[in-house]
Amino acid sequence: MEVKSQQYPELARKILRQTPQVREAVTRAALHFDHNRQTAYAEIDAAFWRQWAEAVKNHVLTHLDHYLELAEQRLAARGVRVHWAETAEDARRVLRELVRAHGVKRAVKAKSMLSEELGVNPALEALGVEVFETDLGEYIIQLAGEPPSHIVGPAIHRNLEEIRRLFHERLGTPLDAEPDALAREARRVLREAFLSAEMGVSGANFLVAETGTIALIENEGNIRLTTSLPKVHVALVGIEKLLPSLADLAVFLQLTARAATGQRIGTFVSLIQGPRTEAEPDGPEEVHVVLVDNGRSALLADPEAWEVLRCVRCGACLNACPVYRQTGGHAYGWVYSGPIGAVLDPGLLGLEATLPLPFASSLCGACFEVCPVRIPIPKLLVTWRQRAVAAGLASRPEAGAVRAYAEVMTRPELYRLFSKALRVFPGALEHPVLPVVRAWRAGRSGLKPSPKSFRELWEEGAV
Amino acid sequence: MRVALFVTCLGDQFFAEAAADAVRLLRALGVEVDFPRDQTCCGQPAYNAGYRREALQMARHTLRVFEHAEYVVLPSGSCTATLRAFYPELLREDASAYRAATDLAQRTYELSEFIVRVLGVTELGKGLEGRRVAYHHGCHALRELGLREEPLTLLRNAGAELVDWEAAEECCGFGGLFSVKLPEVSLAMADRKLDTLPAPDLLTSADGGCLLHLAGRLEHRGRSVPVQPLASVLWEAHRGG
Ligand code: SF4
Repeated sequence: MEVKSQQYPELARKILRQTPQVREAVTRAALHFDHNRQTAYAEIDAAFWRQWAEAVKNHVLTHLDHYLELAEQRLAARGVRVHWAETAEDARRVLRELVRAHGVKRAVKAKSMLSEELGVNPALEALGVEVFETDLGEYIIQLAGEPPSHIVGPAIHRNLEEIRRLFHERLGTPLDAEPDALAREARRVLREAFLSAEMGVSGANFLVAETGTIALIENEGNIRLTTSLPKVHVALVGIEKLLPSLADLAVFLQLTARAATGQRIGTFVSLIQGPRTEAEPDGPEEVHVVLVDNGRSALLADPEAWEVLRCVRCGACLNACPVYRQTGGHAYGWVYSGPIGAVLDPGLLGLEATLPLPFASSLCGACFEVCPVRIPIPKLLVTWRQRAVAAGLASRPEAGAVRAYAEVMTRPELYRLFSKALRVFPGALEHPVLPVVRAWRAGRSGLKPSPKSFRELWEEGAV
Repeated sequence: MRVALFVTCLGDQFFAEAAADAVRLLRALGVEVDFPRDQTCCGQPAYNAGYRREALQMARHTLRVFEHAEYVVLPSGSCTATLRAFYPELLREDASAYRAATDLAQRTYELSEFIVRVLGVTELGKGLEGRRVAYHHGCHALRELGLREEPLTLLRNAGAELVDWEAAEECCGFGGLFSVKLPEVSLAMADRKLDTLPAPDLLTSADGGCLLHLAGRLEHRGRSVPVQPLASVLWEAHRGG
């Protein structure tokens, strides 16, 4: 996927102006998710389990080499072929080889953000493979030719009317079809795909090292079909997705579902431990796990930014984020959007390619409050901002203004003069010559200093 | 008990009367109030925008100004959070300054927080009887300081009726430089707050920046809701009853 994060301000403005229904749809859906999360968190000792989850993830990440080796060994022992992909291209190469080896003409895919990151669909399509997204939301946006706009609800930005029109145009359903009828039509198309595809591609919510278990959470059942009907199943797994044991998994499954959608657990949980054995009637003949780095180990080595790798992609921070809710995910210009995107994207793609994402936040802290693995997103945002400034990536006038402001504020007599000047020439704020004042006044009125500063009142004995 | 008032730059320039009301209220509660004259700005805008060096420069200045204060009280949730949470972070590499910062952090309070937690006062008077008040929770007060009930308790006990406001705890979109760097998103956030605001007699908050932003947006949209900083509302609660 092309990185357009540098265009965040323009993209955000455009979405707000040209498609106001996005703001409405995203706000409604995200608040709904967030409300459900609150209810689901309230049933458990959320503070305790979040801390526990943070500790487990920290443990895995600080012993990642050990757990990766263990996972590889256990997977191999169960007949899974393990591939290592250092880059996106490496991962695509594995897919290409499998497509060629098995003469794949059709592939079904379970929703996977990593596959968006790796550009799996265009890579498969370039080989002449017909790719079907099988998650309903993901299928909708595939029909629309769009990337997902939310980690969990990829089509969260679309309202029913738009989906009706889209299905009418692409699948010929009536313009007034009820949601049920739309889902039924999608199911009909996808059922054919499931039965004829030679390859199923999925991501992984977790990979349990001790047992070599791929864990997948879903609500629709399409992941189950994707991973069991075609004769080849390929799971794309980011190396940060590891958990030590099944006992850990038991809690992470619940915590993730609660954070994501407010469910106690996903409707379907698949635990995959290898290809079909002789005693089993169904399941794939081959299972491949591609362990993907693509910038993760470098990020892990970054002492100030690595914590972002705890992320379990539940989307809770997006739902809680009032900045994200105004525009949805497309403004962020890459796969991962919202607060997590603003700190993960610079970590994976580099700061220059993703500025100003770390500035796309008011630092309100709602994201940190909800994150099941307690990623200190506001702190990380400030870290990336500090790096941007230290690297000279801030605009020169801004840097100059902040330097001048710090000088004034550490010289009380100068500050005093300034304060006086503001009252002698209150016009300075009335006539928006200063860029900051001008930006402020576009959309807000009445920025008037008090007739006398507090300092003056105090010194005159008026207080 | 002696309190050093940190009026903050916004308070000094834009909410001088409210800051004076804070002093009046504290005195009425039996507290002696100092105003260290070298104080300026806590440096929050620089910190939030990533200017670590400048923020550090201002943090050191403020630390010096309030070095000997028994308590530092601010009529601002977010500046309180700056002193309490961000100064220690900024100074973590300098052991003695770090100690001074954590020490200051322990003596620093937002006004309503100080009244409830330190003075142990939850009833100021009945001056808000019959007033329908909307309270905007500033994000830093809410999440960095864990201040939710303190201001509400004081308002409620003064007779105010707190209106139900769906977005009361949502960010208003001010965020310091955020509001001028990404104006469209910032205004959309303010609109969400204002679209869900019932018609109260009064909108208040412990955060001046949020109030300037919300009041400015209200006025721009041609809606009139009286907006008043928490310090003034609490003084009215006391004086009026
Ligand atoms: S950062 Fe936390 S809340 Fe956001 S998606 Fe990742 S795990 Fe979920």
